[in-house]
Amino acid sequence: MTVESTAARGKPRRAAAETTAASGKTTASRKPAASGKAAASKKPAAPRRTAASRKPAGKRQAERPEMVQLLTPEGERVEHPDYALDTTPEQLRGLYRDMMLTRRFDAEATALQRQGELGLWPSLLGQEAAQIGSGRALRETDYVFPTYREHGVAWCRGVDPAQLLGMFRGVNHGGWDPASNRFHLYTIVIGSQALHATGYAMGVLKDGADEAVLAYFGDGASSQGDVAEAFTFAAVYNAPVVFFCQNNQWAISEPTERQTRVPLYQRAQGYGFPGVRVDGNDVLAVLAVTRAAAEHARTGQGPILVEAFTYRMGAHTTSDDPTRYRPKEELEAWEAKDPMLRLRRLIEREDAADDAFFSELQAESDALAKRVREVIRTMPDPDGMAMFEHTYADGHALVDEERAQYGAYLASFADQHEGN
Amino acid sequence: MAAEKMALAKALNASLRTALETDPKVLVMGEDVGRLGGVFRITDQLQKDFGEDRVIDTPLAESGIIGTAIGLALRGYRPVAEIQFDGFVFPAYDQIVTQLAKMHARSLGAVRLPVVIRIPYGGGIGAVEHHSESPEALFAHVAGLKIVTPSDASDAYWMLQQAIQCDDPVVFFEPKARYWDKGEVDREGIPGPLHAAKVVRPGDDLTIAAYGPSVKTALAAASAAEEDGVSLEVVDLRSVSPIDFDTLQRSVERTGRLVVVHEAPVFFGSGGEIAARITERCFYHLEAPVLRVGGFHAPYPPARLEEEYLPGLDRVLDSVDRALAY
Ligand SMILES: Cc1ncc(C[n+]2csc(CCOP(=O)(O)OP(=O)(O)O)c2C)c(N)n1
Repeated sequence: MTVESTAARGKPRRAAAETTAASGKTTASRKPAASGKAAASKKPAAPRRTAASRKPAGKRQAERPEMVQLLTPEGERVEHPDYALDTTPEQLRGLYRDMMLTRRFDAEATALQRQGELGLWPSLLGQEAAQIGSGRALRETDYVFPTYREHGVAWCRGVDPAQLLGMFRGVNHGGWDPASNRFHLYTIVIGSQALHATGYAMGVLKDGADEAVLAYFGDGASSQGDVAEAFTFAAVYNAPVVFFCQNNQWAISEPTERQTRVPLYQRAQGYGFPGVRVDGNDVLAVLAVTRAAAEHARTGQGPILVEAFTYRMGAHTTSDDPTRYRPKEELEAWEAKDPMLRLRRLIEREDAADDAFFSELQAESDALAKRVREVIRTMPDPDGMAMFEHTYADGHALVDEERAQYGAYLASFADQHEGN
Repeated sequence: MAAEKMALAKALNASLRTALETDPKVLVMGEDVGRLGGVFRITDQLQKDFGEDRVIDTPLAESGIIGTAIGLALRGYRPVAEIQFDGFVFPAYDQIVTQLAKMHARSLGAVRLPVVIRIPYGGGIGAVEHHSESPEALFAHVAGLKIVTPSDASDAYWMLQQAIQCDDPVVFFEPKARYWDKGEVDREGIPGPLHAAKVVRPGDDLTIAAYGPSVKTALAAASAAEEDGVSLEVVDLRSVSPIDFDTLQRSVERTGRLVVVHEAPVFFGSGGEIAARITERCFYHLEAPVLRVGGFHAPYPPARLEEEYLPGLDRVLDSVDRALAY
């Protein structure tokens, strides 16, 4: 083996593009979702058009709006009989800050992907309220099992945003200790983590601990067997798990209609636990509903499904091209329901913040973006030998053998350099 | 207490009992493991003695069993999950391969998942389809998993103890056709390392490497060959991932010939891996190519044909003759 031959062959240094990239090729023709049309009206957005949702199940169901909402797209507070929420101006500012910084971080990560610093980025744009509202509803002792898009929840759990970037840059597959922030590794295989959350919650129950476990997943994931199995296990063992489905209307190019014929929150009923649909672009409603759901779980009442009805305003990931499947009007209708805009309107309406708050926040988010940029640009590639480090906890003869062989192979180049 | 004679199945039951007694974090879970004691009665009486909270009857959902076992392990428990039969592990294959095997690495070592998956495997019991397969190679190919398979009662008892104590996920293949074979179990003895191969019969002319249910066949072949004046050494590999190639190498360097026997299809099976590595390590010692005897590249056949499919005494001896003829 010569030095030249290695040089010519080169060593792959960056992880290849994510498999989801390929899915962007798929085209799908579909009619615009009817729900989008209801967007601009002052009433809470209508449920999706399904036979089931037109017929209210019972009297009580009929009396209250199907989707819990506490803040209209115009920034007006509305009451809900089951989910009262008092907020101080300080809390409103806090939620706004969380959403702002998360959105800024997300935009920066998208830009970094465009600049070639990240292999892929799944943006959360549009889902800030669903994530911040639910994330802030939790206690430190609760435990979160995310998908790959929960950057806002990670923020609420105190995970350094820069830590989230490692796997998208290709230097690791996650890399953080889930126990330290009670925030599990991102999960790429759709729906898998719903079972991990349920098993964890079964353990919480055994331990008699006062904790809730949150399983995040998407509307697409609701079709996966693992999610159905998680519902079954959670129900029969009464596990304290909150299934938090962010229905962002799309699973790459497949609309929710391709996943289900009934509103998703109604799925829970068939498993024997409650389901509730919340306006996922309304941070206050999400906060209130998730708080109640977590309390439901902690107090021994078993699992509960929360469907946050929201919208993914960006592409599925940076490899996706939503113009191939998503009508422009639909996006525009949802832009009018932007979760940040509506909170900002409320803050202005209630005079809950002064100009200094907004300008300081602007400066803070620019600083965050700058820091993330610096971290990513200086994030070191792992050492080649790191591959062998954590395959097993207790060691494995084959790994030892291959490590030694590869180490000797690498060392042989060093010897040759010295010899030259 | 001196060694007791017990069936392999009984030894597994005793092993689970010991594990449940010594570590409150150990859980047994699976379909029918509770009141019924498992379809093979491996978990017999355990729920009665340890309660439904430790010996958990699960819904009929394999992905659910392994996925929740992962969650329980994340919470600090040590689940021992039973998959009812080899052919039914596949709904859980995704969880095993994409989640269980990789979480330790993905967390850079922070997460440990001490999950044991017990799978009764192999043929020879006249069952209907999906009840007789040997999918070990499909798991051995996956980094992050360890795969072991005992061939006698003593190993059944001790290897299961060791698998449960191991901080890595272990797929524990149980040779179901040997469940009723009796052997000595010294529960106060000190077991050898979990992944060490064992020379179970010394010999000079040729080495047979086998594991799980095939060890008995290999030993029978060695006895038959002895009558013809041929001395076979039998090595029980005991572990399929990792494989103790050092022990095997020492044997082959002495005998100069190797036949690998397993029930799984030969094509892309563990025998191919063993042949390749032993050829690499023992090239100048080999008097003949490494030969493999095992299942065919065909679906596991209906029961009336399984004797032809399985590597029985005659097919093993035929390969021995071929190797000796070089
Ligand atoms: C088991 C599996 N199948 C396919 C994929 C590829 N894939 C990645 S994301 C995705 C869509 C998921 O949609 P949804 O659950 O609604 O979540 P969202 O991305 O919209 O947040 C698909 C098909 C995958 N990661 N895992």
